[in-house]
Amino acid sequence: MKILHPYGYPSWIGKNPSPCVYRPGFGASMSNHRIGVALALAFIISVVAGETIAATAANPSVMATVIKWLPLVFKGFLMNLLVSILAMTIGTISGVALGLALVSLIQWVRRTSWFLTQFFRNAPWLVLVFYTIALIPFEVEIGSYTIPFPGWLKATLGLALPVMANTAEIVRGGIQSIPLGQWESAESLAFSRFQIIWSIILPQCFKRMIPPWMNLYAILTTASPLISLVGVNDALLMTRSALMAEGRSELLLPMYSALLIMFFIYCYPIAYGTVKLERRFSIK
Amino acid sequence: MEAIWNWFAWLYQEHGINLVVFYNSYDRGMFFNGLYLTVQMSVICIFLSTIIGILGAWLQGSALKIPRTIVYWYIQFFRNTPPLVQLYFFYFAVGNVLPRIENAGGGTSPIFSNLQWAIISFSFFAGAFNIEIFRAGIEAVPKSTIEAAESLGYSRLKAYITILLPLAFRISLPALNNNLVNLVKTTTLAYAIAVPELLYVSAQIWSEEANVREMMNLLLFIYIAIIGLLIFFMNRLERALKIPGYTAQ
Repeated sequence: MKILHPYGYPSWIGKNPSPCVYRPGFGASMSNHRIGVALALAFIISVVAGETIAATAANPSVMATVIKWLPLVFKGFLMNLLVSILAMTIGTISGVALGLALVSLIQWVRRTSWFLTQFFRNAPWLVLVFYTIALIPFEVEIGSYTIPFPGWLKATLGLALPVMANTAEIVRGGIQSIPLGQWESAESLAFSRFQIIWSIILPQCFKRMIPPWMNLYAILTTASPLISLVGVNDALLMTRSALMAEGRSELLLPMYSALLIMFFIYCYPIAYGTVKLERRFSIK
Repeated sequence: MEAIWNWFAWLYQEHGINLVVFYNSYDRGMFFNGLYLTVQMSVICIFLSTIIGILGAWLQGSALKIPRTIVYWYIQFFRNTPPLVQLYFFYFAVGNVLPRIENAGGGTSPIFSNLQWAIISFSFFAGAFNIEIFRAGIEAVPKSTIEAAESLGYSRLKAYITILLPLAFRISLPALNNNLVNLVKTTTLAYAIAVPELLYVSAQIWSEEANVREMMNLLLFIYIAIIGLLIFFMNRLERALKIPGYTAQ
């Protein structure tokens, strides 16, 4: 039987790479981090120093202006986080269901879920966001209740669709990574199919599914500024509004840099943790 | 051909399905130009990002610390920041700092157009992922293969080019497929800086004709078709490059 490894490690290579294999990149990470932080600090200090010398009362320094707008941009950033966490929750719950449907014994369930997975995995995220924004009504009336659908919620649903499809793939990959012997021995102990999946297979592959799932969350967070294109007040739209209000072209570089750094500070630890976890789980 | 276009006009009159991009010659021209631009942009970005990937993987394997550190932070930066903000950063911020050149009309214009900035931005974005992919492929080639090559008198460079890279490329192909699919999906972001690619022209058409539903479905269908084609060709490539006997465990 061909075993599909969940993190795309080709099974036919033979053995897992031993943990002591030299890995450029994350291998020398501690000193790498020190150099990175030192470079960033040097850059910021030089910019601030140059700025404060040049600043006048009528023309406040660029740094001061950026700091003035940062709380507003950060408020937008919280919107990004809210949307990403909500989309991740919806996408994960529906994705686990879809992933289980992918390994169903009933053919039409398997086919339908396969089609849904492929469709939402391969459609561009931005088109899906436009799709949900344009085609979901802004409110739904159920009986006497009116449930409003604000733009940000619709955009969240648009982002949850590809998350669902990718989670489904992770779940399927995880389930298929469990050796066939586990299924057979559980069957010989008279476990039902539901019991096998729920109490034998899923607990074993849960650990392996965590790193790709975290990776998916990091990708989703970096995709979340797409919602600014449909008018949700996120960090990117706030930055653009601030730039428009100031109307100074020398602000463009520092403001966008600040925004990039904000996302980087949030996403880099997630990516770093993913790699660490992945390595820890692959050693045995 | 005319008959097919007329059939879409009939579809609209009879069933109210307004696929204006097929029966109206002006919208049709705009739509197919957008499609062409999307394909063109994808092909150029795939090419450039693969080159960045190979170069970066080579630099990461170098014995010197400085290029390794630079490549490491390049990868981490582009992987962990939003591609849309990167695009804005390049187009608005970096484009604003770069000097302007004189154009034929006597005025000045930016060095790079919005299309060129989109290509640069997406290539760097996908290139960062490609470096990781190629590096993983290189690491997956068993050490003994290199040692065998060395014992046959290959120099390091020669072994790299004729033995390591061809094997590593085959190992990387499945992950590379995934990333290239992602790259094609990312080209839709060029919408944000008004590059007239498929999504942008579609948005123009649906705001004029108010046929959002039809255009959205058509758009999804076309993107799935483009990506399906890409996957098909990459799978063909994978099969064509497969070395018989090198797959069994």
